[in-house]
Amino acid sequence: MKFLLVEDNLELANAITSRMRLDGHVVEHAENLADATAFTLTSEFDLILLDIMLPDGDGRTFLKEHRASRLDTPVIILTARSQVSDRIGSLDLGADDYITKPFDHAELGARCRAVLRRKAGTSQSVIEVGGIVFDAVAGKMAVRGKPVTLRNRELRLLELLLNARGQVFSKQKLSDRLFSYDEDVSENAIEVYIGRLRKHLEPSDLSITTLRGLGYRLDHDA
Amino acid sequence: MTHSLSISGSLRNRLVLTLTGGAAVLALVLFFAIRNYTTQIAQQGQDSILNAAVTSILDAASIRDNIIEVDIPYASFSMLSTQSDDLVFYAIYQDDTFLSGYPELPLTNVTGRASIFQTALYRGETVRLVTAGRVLIGTQKRTQIRVVLAQSQGELADTLRQISRTAALFGAAFFALLVALSYWATSTTIGQLKRLTTSVTRRGPQDLRPFVKPVPTEMAPLVTSLNSLMGRLDHSLSQSEDFIAEAAHRVRTPLATVRSYAEVTLQRVDKEENRQSLRAMIRAIDESSRAAGQLLDHAMITLRSDHLERQDIDLVTLVHEIVLRLTPIAEMKDLELCLHGDSNVAYSGDPVLIQNAVRNLIDNAIKYAPSEGRVDIAISASPRIGISVCDSGHGFPSAEVDTLAVRFKRGTNADGTVGSGLGLTIAIDVAKAHGGDLVLSNRPEGGACALLLL
Repeated sequence: MKFLLVEDNLELANAITSRMRLDGHVVEHAENLADATAFTLTSEFDLILLDIMLPDGDGRTFLKEHRASRLDTPVIILTARSQVSDRIGSLDLGADDYITKPFDHAELGARCRAVLRRKAGTSQSVIEVGGIVFDAVAGKMAVRGKPVTLRNRELRLLELLLNARGQVFSKQKLSDRLFSYDEDVSENAIEVYIGRLRKHLEPSDLSITTLRGLGYRLDHDA
Repeated sequence: MTHSLSISGSLRNRLVLTLTGGAAVLALVLFFAIRNYTTQIAQQGQDSILNAAVTSILDAASIRDNIIEVDIPYASFSMLSTQSDDLVFYAIYQDDTFLSGYPELPLTNVTGRASIFQTALYRGETVRLVTAGRVLIGTQKRTQIRVVLAQSQGELADTLRQISRTAALFGAAFFALLVALSYWATSTTIGQLKRLTTSVTRRGPQDLRPFVKPVPTEMAPLVTSLNSLMGRLDHSLSQSEDFIAEAAHRVRTPLATVRSYAEVTLQRVDKEENRQSLRAMIRAIDESSRAAGQLLDHAMITLRSDHLERQDIDLVTLVHEIVLRLTPIAEMKDLELCLHGDSNVAYSGDPVLIQNAVRNLIDNAIKYAPSEGRVDIAISASPRIGISVCDSGHGFPSAEVDTLAVRFKRGTNADGTVGSGLGLTIAIDVAKAHGGDLVLSNRPEGGACALLLL
């Protein structure tokens, strides 16, 4: 997916950008409102992540202008405030959701998916490979034309593996991505999800290979 | 925060008392003045009649061949006849010799034709006396005739009684008028204060604008100092709000940087001990930011609870919004948030507070519920308006159900779960502010249940 990140703190912007690129997203960074406006006029984005306190104005002003110019790119606000009135204010101005800094990238991902699903936007992230059609945003998968219902964690696991086909993921790495950091998860938990995915993928040309002591890998058998 | 004021009397009572007291004194003065004045006039009337009568008697006296003839004309008695049948007495003296009449009547020396009036007690009755004299000149000698004429005062007393009654009526009417006037004056004066009080009380807790409505000169200093107090309060409040926002921004932004980098590094690092430290780091960041958020929320809730502003809201819509907002987080654990309840439940309360309480309860349920479970949220309108949040986790440790809501206290089963322990405290405070309560229980089929009664 293609994101526009509007954030004046360079360190934070770098951190977010590199974290999001790990998930295979394209991220453009604007430091101020003027740059952000220029970006929205020249290219299309799936989602805008908008900071509220910016050097050349309030992010909410941008939001208002953005909505006034009839661009319906969904906007998620990154706020450092936790005051309720502030949250309500930004939602009233047409933001689709907000997330409080510091945030869990898994939560950001979940919110992005929820917003895009609500907007029923045309997803550019449909993957077609080895007999499956996978739409991460809509949370839908069809194997050999037959729709399959995936649970959220199965979906995220599949997305992770599909985006890095042929790459080996250790159990720990996978559980770090699937479970939040405050959950006490046994390493066996990941085996349950791998097992379920294998079942879903059986009719397709894709398979998950176990590499003893190393982890798992998604392979295209054809 | 209600402080008991020490009350020193009532301004209204003091004003009414002073004014009524003054009115009573004035009415009495008026009563006596009227009575005195009219008594004098009545007395003068009796005196002039007596004078006329005595003059006509004296005029009728003559001396012929050294014999004095005094004839009492009928006219003089008819002059003196009254409706109260007052008694008339007379005594006639030639020089100092008693000639006729009632010798006991006191005799006063008179010279010339001037009449002398006096009031005396005669035969047990108050009488008005007039003494007048006339010098008769005969052929051989001159002699002085003196006549004392007395009349009882029955008529005058009647008149006085009537006058007193009228004067008393006047006084009473005057008094009533003054009291009414003083009550009205007091009400108008106090009314100004009341209006000011009402407009202060009606204001919401956030409304710190100065008063601009016209006030009487005497109240201007009060309103001026009130305005300046509110100005300072507004200034310091907005300063502290800005400060909190700025502080949160300054702290949260670098935390967000650290957290994102930690996640990136965690993806790249393979050594298990490094990964452990990174995970611990992320947990610590989450914990500190969550604690900061809840502390601020709690401060805000304490402030709002003190000045509860009730608004008509639909609880179902309100809870539905929170459920929508929390669904992405629940989905990450494959948890289902199920909202049960009627189509709408009307309630009058502070939406911000209730939102906060419910969000904390659902947040807790999401944290403690096992993956792929469900959280049931139900809104009931009867017998009491309440919102219940139940999960399918291990439930509250039965020994701790009563102590869990104490500030910063967390259950023994909370190890490894990020939280500051303020969530339940916030929910309880919100419930209490609305006159309700928070009831914690365990479901018989397993799982914790929190019921927010409003």
